[in-house]
Amino acid sequence: MSESAQRDPAATYDVIVIGAGVVGAAIARELSRYRVRCALVEAASDVGTGTSKANTAILHTGFDAKAGSLEARLVRRGHSLLRGYGTAAGIPIECSGALLIAWSAEQQAALPAIIATAERNGYTAARHVSVEELYRAEPHLAPGALGAIKVPDESIICPFTTPLAYATQAVVNGVDLRLSSPVESIGRHADGTHAVRTPRGTLHSRYVVNAAGLHADTIDRWFGYSAFTVTPRRGELIVFDKLARPLVSRILLQVPTAVSKGILISPTVFGNVMLGPTAEEVPDRRATGSTAEGTASLIERGRRILPQLVDEEVTAVYVGLRAATEHSDYQIRFHPEQRYVCVGGIRSTGLSASMAIAEYVVEGLADAGLSLVPVDDFRTVRMPNIGEAFTRPYQSPDQIAADSNYGDIICHCEGVTRGEILDSLRAVIPARSLDGVRRRTRALLGRCQGFYCMAAVARLVADRNQQSIPSLLALDPDDVTPIGSHS
Amino acid sequence: MSRPSARTVDLIVVGAGPAGLAAAIELRRLGATEVIAVDRESEAGGIPRHANHIGFGMRDLHRITTGPRYARRYVDLAERAGVDVRTCTSVTGWANPTALSLTSPAGIDMIAARAIVLATGCRERPRSARLIPGDRPLGVFTTGTLQQLVYLHHQRAGRRAVVIGAEHVSFSAVLTLAHAGAVTVAMVTEHPRHQTYAPYRWLSTGRLRVPILTSQRVTRIIGGRRVEAVELTDVHTGARRLLACDTVVVTGDWIPDHELARRGGLIMDPATRAPRVDGALRTSARGVFAAGNLIHAAETADVAALSGRHVAQTIAAFLDRGQWPDSPSVPIGCRSPLRWVSPSAVSSADPPPRRRFLWRVDAFVESAELRIRQGRRVLFRNRYRHLVPTMPLRAPADWLPAVDLHGDAITFELGD
Repeated sequence: MSESAQRDPAATYDVIVIGAGVVGAAIARELSRYRVRCALVEAASDVGTGTSKANTAILHTGFDAKAGSLEARLVRRGHSLLRGYGTAAGIPIECSGALLIAWSAEQQAALPAIIATAERNGYTAARHVSVEELYRAEPHLAPGALGAIKVPDESIICPFTTPLAYATQAVVNGVDLRLSSPVESIGRHADGTHAVRTPRGTLHSRYVVNAAGLHADTIDRWFGYSAFTVTPRRGELIVFDKLARPLVSRILLQVPTAVSKGILISPTVFGNVMLGPTAEEVPDRRATGSTAEGTASLIERGRRILPQLVDEEVTAVYVGLRAATEHSDYQIRFHPEQRYVCVGGIRSTGLSASMAIAEYVVEGLADAGLSLVPVDDFRTVRMPNIGEAFTRPYQSPDQIAADSNYGDIICHCEGVTRGEILDSLRAVIPARSLDGVRRRTRALLGRCQGFYCMAAVARLVADRNQQSIPSLLALDPDDVTPIGSHS
Repeated sequence: MSRPSARTVDLIVVGAGPAGLAAAIELRRLGATEVIAVDRESEAGGIPRHANHIGFGMRDLHRITTGPRYARRYVDLAERAGVDVRTCTSVTGWANPTALSLTSPAGIDMIAARAIVLATGCRERPRSARLIPGDRPLGVFTTGTLQQLVYLHHQRAGRRAVVIGAEHVSFSAVLTLAHAGAVTVAMVTEHPRHQTYAPYRWLSTGRLRVPILTSQRVTRIIGGRRVEAVELTDVHTGARRLLACDTVVVTGDWIPDHELARRGGLIMDPATRAPRVDGALRTSARGVFAAGNLIHAAETADVAALSGRHVAQTIAAFLDRGQWPDSPSVPIGCRSPLRWVSPSAVSSADPPPRRRFLWRVDAFVESAELRIRQGRRVLFRNRYRHLVPTMPLRAPADWLPAVDLHGDAITFELGD
């Protein structure tokens, strides 16, 4: 192709990672350990805004993965990597443990096989618990459970901080993060270098990693493959008020049946309780709307597991699209001759497996000829804690004494201070929208959904970004004149 | 705790809105020396600060003014009365049953008090809590958020709005939108008719020619980054249609801000979702009282303020004599179509604020007899006409002396 004319060889990346979701960001972070020129290219205006932001927020052990699959291997490895990394990087993680509950004879009969699968997956801590022990552990559980398996290492994790921590660490170690850059096409120079076109210019790279999530199949087809098709599986989730938190201590899973994988009830690291997800195949890759049927069915099914839960207030309803394909396993394929890697079909376990996927992909890139020389000073990051189980600024006399903004609570429902919101606006990857602030600080995430603080938070974001509040709220430019200056 | 206060004050009021400030002012007037009113917002005054329309102060100040002026008036009165008003101060929890933990820019503190009044008010349920399905674009607000954007930050909120609800506050939202240069495309209610007073309706929707679409439910919000339309479904026929708009205001559907009460382990009343209080506004915890829209979400500001004034009287007596009911109170329950009754318990013949019980219905009722009974014994009956959901309803309290304080629960119900 004839791109070489305008191409500056010094401006050629070694690797371009497409997609700054949890998987793409983890890969970019892993590459930033080495002397590799890398760009992380993202269509949206922030990191982790697609599938990565609306999931069940569980760090799985992989105990129930299909034995022998790549997914089983990477989830298991990813679990241990992320637990260690999360602690060091300030990602809220709580090892709550899970209970896999049998409500029918069919489900009860399946319990021994589940323990056997866990053992085949290298997870040996899963064990039977008696009905008495189950109700002692979870006294608010509906009557009628016949037995359960305890999985002590299943953990809850912050789905927002994780991709932000990866991307932040990648950026401080030299990765170019290119936001608002949807990849429009990919061409190839005579020397095999890729030309990745975005509305903000064409980027050149020796290797391309496709971590485009719901759009991974589209990009894979540009490289000439049609090994899989993404059929998004829509999952609706209901988040209940923090006052529901005492009702549940662990992640409550249902034994899968022939008909259904079942829904889960789980505490969240923000101190709420989550119920979901539904699972519905949808043709539209933007169909993140909730449905009356979906929420009603969740509440009905939730009532049968934890009756008091559904009497509490709903704080939020989320909808995520899982990048499901016709295959049951991850679709990670290396094409060394094209210097291209496809990281597709990372369905619902991407968060848990992310660090192991990154390791696996980078090893594959090395096999394909990418030279990996470690950097001398790989810098670590420490993200602001937004987890309920750890000290928050409003609880810290020292932090408030050092900066009184940490004593000025703006979001009352979530205890978020002015200091934290200002930090999020000045971060390495700064928040540029209300949603960006929400995912970095928890502001606006709580029970009032902005009744008290949306206007104040909007003012802080707008002032920092020299933007008007109406444009922040996605209003037409015609509407941005402040009231009073119109005659 | 960085600066634990060694002393114990007479009263801490949580929430410096109309009820909290009125309670603090009145208790100072009655001779208490140390009265602290804390508010988490940067300015005291509560919701009226951003309810920039006329209609405040009739019953308590005997003058009619706007919300912001009314709020300022109470802050002035509190300062003149020697109330220690502390803004930007959040109560983060209970240090013990008579002491609160606080966070403010000055640091973390703990204050013990001989009496505590919870006056934390109420808020509108957001779209998510109402389970309105659809996309989640920008441009969906509660009236509270809308009014803060418009009146505190002087911003436009949108161009074409759909207002969900047709009760008092919904009409207030229409006026706010008009002030901000937005057209209200329609008000939408699931009820068969609107729920406000005719003059108020005329002032807003009549003058502005806003259609009120009755018996319609919003079944989907549609939009990408910003709201583009709402889908309406007729509750009788199931017929659906789309209404183009860039803004949705969800109004009313009040819920008390009861988190502190629940975290303190106070006995809650399931109907009001507030701490259970008797006529003296005592909760189930000794020395802890509740007043204002926390216990009746939502009444007008003057009614909330009068409940604050009332609780100060009972607190003064408590501080003076230390009396607290020995036995648990007799709960007040209600039967559909009654939604709630406040106060929600009886533990003495002490009458409630203004010697009235407040109640609400869920449905339109043309004519019905309200019966208040304890067990089979009818304590009170009276005929009411034209009952409207969310409209304030009152019942006298002169039946209180007839209550058996060791007897069954009391029930409010409607009969033919």
